[in-house]
Amino acid sequence: MPLTGEATAVLVDILFYVFATLLVAGALGVITARNPVYSALFLVFAFINSAGIWLLAEAEFLAIVLVLVYVGAVMVLFLFVVMMLDINLTELRRGFTRFAWLGWLTALALIAEIMTVVWTRGLAGVDLSRGFVPEPAGFSNTRALGQVLYTRYAYPFELAAVLLVVAIVAAIALTLRHRPGLKSQDISRQVAVRAEDRVRLVKMAAEKRS
Amino acid sequence: MITVAEMLTLSGVLFALAVAGIFLNRKNIILLLMCVELLLLSANFNFIAFSRMLGDLTGQVFVFFVLTVAAAESAIGLAILVVLFRERRSINVEDLNTLKG
Repeated sequence: MPLTGEATAVLVDILFYVFATLLVAGALGVITARNPVYSALFLVFAFINSAGIWLLAEAEFLAIVLVLVYVGAVMVLFLFVVMMLDINLTELRRGFTRFAWLGWLTALALIAEIMTVVWTRGLAGVDLSRGFVPEPAGFSNTRALGQVLYTRYAYPFELAAVLLVVAIVAAIALTLRHRPGLKSQDISRQVAVRAEDRVRLVKMAAEKRS
Repeated sequence: MITVAEMLTLSGVLFALAVAGIFLNRKNIILLLMCVELLLLSANFNFIAFSRMLGDLTGQVFVFFVLTVAAAESAIGLAILVVLFRERRSINVEDLNTLKG
């Protein structure tokens, strides 16, 4: 049974609040978890809920990119690093509560400020209580995004690609190390080798077979 | 229907939690990097909210670039972290005092 417009709006609202609650719970988990592995997993949870909210806001392409790039690549990288390093957790947890009150105070102040601006003062000339107008049927967010990305924002897009290449090169160059004593192949030395380096012709007098 | 005010509130709460996380986990570089990811995510919420409100896709293009930069940042940050751990056998911020900053 297809839902009417009003029922869809209510459903979207309910889903938004469910995802938002889970997202905030996930973020709380990230900052309070005892183990960095749990923090990383909570962050994955938060990203997945964000992707759900972005889907509800009809930013479908970015929602998929968030799941693929963040959950699929960046968070796996985080987990690799967390599990690879042998970290002394008790040392890192020491003094956890020392500045905690300052952190929570800052957070409360930030939330209060944003709430004031959004809910009571408002922004000049902007109606913040307006809902998102649903896109017409058959509208493709990916196609629309692609059309501006490859025309108006073609140069920034290429710059982003260059940035990623720089990041790859930097990450590899930073973590590359040559351990002494490894019997690895050196291709350039192999190719550049000459016959006189390997073969030595020895002249000697003939001898009788005994 | 989701309103802009709801999205902005959610992003504000997320931002505040991430800032609190930086205070709480100020010794652990991995947690600091994760909190930066949360901060960027909350900024992206604002971009998407205003992009949808104004019917202008520029905001979503911006989110795309923010995601790119965040991915590059975390890749290089983690590479530095691995090198650091090899040198010092620790990722405690307090051990990074060579520059006497």
